[in-house]
Amino acid sequence: MHEPIETSTSLLFGRLGWNAIPFHEPILIYTFVAVMLGGLAVVGAITKFKLWGTLWRDWVCSIDHKKIGIMYMILGLVMLLRGFADALMMRLQQSIAFGDSAGFLPPHHYDQIFTAHGVIMIFFVAMPLVTGFMNYVVPLQIGARDVAFPFLNNFSFWMTTMGAVLVMASLFVGEFARTGWLAYPPLSGILASPDVGVDYYIWSLQIAGVGTLLSGINLIVTIVKMRAPGMDLMKMPVFTWTALCTNILIVAAFPVLTAVLGMLGLDRLFHTNFFTNDLGGNAMMYVNLIWIWGHPEVYILVLPVFGIFSEVVSTFSSKRLFGYTSMVYATMVITILSYLVWLHHFFTMGSGASVNSFFGITTMIISIPTGAKIFNWLFTMYHGRIRYELPMMWTVAFMVTFVIGGMTGVMLAVPPADFVLHNSLFLIAHFHNVIIGGVLFGLFAGINYWWPKAFGYKLNVFWGKISFWCWVVGFYLAFMPLYVMGFMGVTRRMNHFEDPNLWIWQQIALVGALTVACGIGAMLMQFYVSVRDRKKNLDVTGDPWGGRTLEWSTSSPPPDYNFAFTPMVHDNDTWADMKKNGYQRPLRDFVAIHMPKNTGAGFIIAAISAVLGFAIIWHMWLLTGVAFVAMMAAIIIHTFNYKRDYYIPADEVTAVEEKRTKLLEAHA
Amino acid sequence: MPEMTATTDLSSRYYVREHHPENGTLLGFWIYLMSDCLIFACLFATYAVLGRNFAGAPSGAELFDLPLVALNTAFLLLSSITYGFGMLSAYAKKQRAAIGWLVLTGLLGAAFLFLELYEFSHLIHEGYGPQRSGFLTAFFALVGTHGLHVTFGIVWLVTLLFQVGKHGLTPENIRRLSCLSMFWHFLDVVWIGVFTFVYLMGVLP
Repeated sequence: MHEPIETSTSLLFGRLGWNAIPFHEPILIYTFVAVMLGGLAVVGAITKFKLWGTLWRDWVCSIDHKKIGIMYMILGLVMLLRGFADALMMRLQQSIAFGDSAGFLPPHHYDQIFTAHGVIMIFFVAMPLVTGFMNYVVPLQIGARDVAFPFLNNFSFWMTTMGAVLVMASLFVGEFARTGWLAYPPLSGILASPDVGVDYYIWSLQIAGVGTLLSGINLIVTIVKMRAPGMDLMKMPVFTWTALCTNILIVAAFPVLTAVLGMLGLDRLFHTNFFTNDLGGNAMMYVNLIWIWGHPEVYILVLPVFGIFSEVVSTFSSKRLFGYTSMVYATMVITILSYLVWLHHFFTMGSGASVNSFFGITTMIISIPTGAKIFNWLFTMYHGRIRYELPMMWTVAFMVTFVIGGMTGVMLAVPPADFVLHNSLFLIAHFHNVIIGGVLFGLFAGINYWWPKAFGYKLNVFWGKISFWCWVVGFYLAFMPLYVMGFMGVTRRMNHFEDPNLWIWQQIALVGALTVACGIGAMLMQFYVSVRDRKKNLDVTGDPWGGRTLEWSTSSPPPDYNFAFTPMVHDNDTWADMKKNGYQRPLRDFVAIHMPKNTGAGFIIAAISAVLGFAIIWHMWLLTGVAFVAMMAAIIIHTFNYKRDYYIPADEVTAVEEKRTKLLEAHA
Repeated sequence: MPEMTATTDLSSRYYVREHHPENGTLLGFWIYLMSDCLIFACLFATYAVLGRNFAGAPSGAELFDLPLVALNTAFLLLSSITYGFGMLSAYAKKQRAAIGWLVLTGLLGAAFLFLELYEFSHLIHEGYGPQRSGFLTAFFALVGTHGLHVTFGIVWLVTLLFQVGKHGLTPENIRRLSCLSMFWHFLDVVWIGVFTFVYLMGVLP
C-alpha cells in the first residue's frame, strides 16, 4: 500500500520527498528502468551520430509549420503507446479479477490508470494528432508559406509537449489523479484527494491548454488572412473548412477549461469554496463548466477527421466531393450545436423534465448534419472510380463503425434511457465506438494519405493492411462485449467483479484489446519497413494519389517555402482544375522569398513553465517564485528581438526548383 | 516556339509572382481577447451561482465601500481615455507626447490596483477572505482575475515604453501599442460589468 505522503512541507522541496518515488510498485520500477534504458539509448545514438546540433536547430527551434506538424504527430503516436499500455492493463485486470482473485492491480493503482488513460488519449494523443494534421496540411491547402504566427506555433507545440512531460513525470515522481478523466469534485477536492495526483492533472492540462488555445487562434487567423488569391471561403478545401470550425471551437471552449481548472486549483491550494460541500460551494457547477468545454472538445476531435475523410473519399473516388455546400453547412451546424448539448453528460443531475428534454432534443438534432455528411460521402463514392488504397479502407471502416457509434449515441440522448445506461459500460462502448471508429480511424486514414507528402515516399501496403484488419476486428471484439455488459447493468471503472456471467464477455474484450495491440505493432512495423524500403516507394511527382487540392501541387516533401510562387485559385478542387487545364510549373524568374526565422525562445519559455507547474504541484514555493520570474523575463526578453525574418535568396529558390525539374525529368 | 508560349500563358493563370498576405496580428489578438472574455464569462457565471451563498458571513451590501469603488472605477475609465490620447499621439508620430500619455495611463492603472489591493487586504483583515464563503470566493476570483490582468497590462506597458524609447514609433511598435490598447479597453469594459453586476447590484437590498 501507498504510505501517506508527508504533509509538512519544506521551502526548497515542498512536499517532495523520497517517499514520492514508487519503489514499492514493481510495475512502475520495471517501467522506469525500461524508460531509462530506452532514453539512454536514444541519447547515446544522438550523441554518437552528432545529431544534437541538427535536432536543436532544425527541429526544436523550427518555426516551419511542416516540421511542427510532424513533431505533433510524433508526440501523439508516442503517447498512444503509453495510453494503450494503460488500456491493456485495465483489460487484463478486468479479465482476471473475478471472485477470489483480486487481479494484479490494487485499486489505488488501477484508479490512476483509468484516469491517465482517458487524459492521455484525449489530450496527448487525439489532440496532438489532430493539431499536427491541421498544422501540416492547412497552410499547404490554402497556398500559404507558413501559419500566421510561426513563433507562436512553435511555442504552442512545446507547451503541449510540456503538459505531456508532466503527465509522464507523475508515473515516477508521486502519482496521478484517481478521479477519472474529468476529475469531478468533491472527489478531486483537497479533502478526498490530498496528494499530488489531481495537481499533476490540473497543471499538465493548464500548460497544454495554453498551447492548444494559442494554436487555435493561430490557425483561425491563418485561414482567414492567408488564403491564396482567388480562394474565397466557399472554394476552401473541406479539410480546411473543418479545421476552421475546429479552431473556432477550440478558442470558444478551452478558456472554459482553463477557468474551471483554475478554480479547482484555487480550491485545492487556497481552500476557497467554489466546489466544496460546505461554506456555499457548488460541485455541480464544476460538472456544468467542464462539460461546456468537454462536449465541444468531442467535436474538436471529430470535425477535422470528417475533413480528412472528405479529402480521402473524393481523391480515391476520383471525383469532386458530392454536396460540398451541404458539407460546409453541416460542419457549421455541428459547430454551433456542439455548444447546446453539454447537459446530456449528466441528465441524472436532476435538472427536471424540461431542461433534460431540451438537451435531449438538441443532442438528437446533431445526428442530422452528421447523417448528411455520411450520405455525402456515400454519394461521392457512387459512380466513382474507387481505388481501395489504405486511406480509403480506413474511410469505409469508419463509415460502418461510426454509424453504429452514432446510433448508440442517439439512444443515450433519450433521457429516460440515459437514466438506465448512465455510467455503465454501454457508455464506455459508445464513446470508444465514436472516438476509435471516428477519430482514430480518420487519423490513420490521414497518416496513410499524407505520409508521402511529408516524407516523399508511400507507406508499406502489406503491413498497413495487417494493421488495418487487426484494428478493425480488434475494435469490435473489444467493445461489442462492453455494450452487452452495459445492458446487463455493469458500471464503469470497476477493478473487480463477483458475477461469473460477466467472465466470458471480459475474455472476449481482452482478446479484442490484444488484437488491437497487434494492430499497433503492425503499424510500427509498417513505419519501419516503409522507411527501410523508401527507395522503392518513392513519390517524385508530389502527387502520388491523383490528388485534387493544392498540397499535391508542390513537391514531396515540400520545400521550406512550400510554393515558389503563390498559387492562384479558380476552382474548388484547385489542383484537379490545374491538371485538367495542362498546367506547367514555372521554371525561371524566381524571386526572393520572405520567411520567418527559427528561434529557441518557444522551447525555453515552455520548459520554464513545466518547471513552474512541477513546483506548484509539489508546493515548492521558492522554486515557484523563481520559475515565474524567469518565465516572465524570458517572455519579455523575447519581445526585444525585432529581427524575426529573413529572405531566401532567389538563387536558392532557383536551385531547389531546378533540382525538382531534373528529378521529374529523370522519372518522366 | 509558339506552342510553348501558349502553355505558359494558360499556366500563368494559376500563380501570382508576388503575394503579400495581410498582417493578422490585430485579428489574432482580438480573437485572444474574446477567449479571455470567456474566462471572465465563466467567472461571472460562477459569481451568479455562488453570489448569494453567504454561509453566515456578511453580504456584499454589508462589505462593499461603494464610494471607494466608484473612485477606483473613475481611475480605470480615465486611464482608458489617456490611452486613447496616447494612441492618437502615436499615430501622429509624436513620440514624446505618446510616451507621456502612456506613463499617465500606467499611473492611473497603478492607482486602481492600489485601491483594489487596499480593499482586498481590508476584507481579509476583517476575516472575510476568499475562504470564508462561496460568495467571497466568487467575488475574489472575479475581481482578482481582473486585477491580475491590469497588473500584467502594466508590466506590458512598461516593456513597451522601453521598446518605443529604443526603436521609436515603428510600424511594429504601433502594432504592439494597438494590441495593448485593445487589451486595456477590454479590461475597462469588463470592469464596467464587474462594477455593475458585483458592486452596484450587490448593494441592492
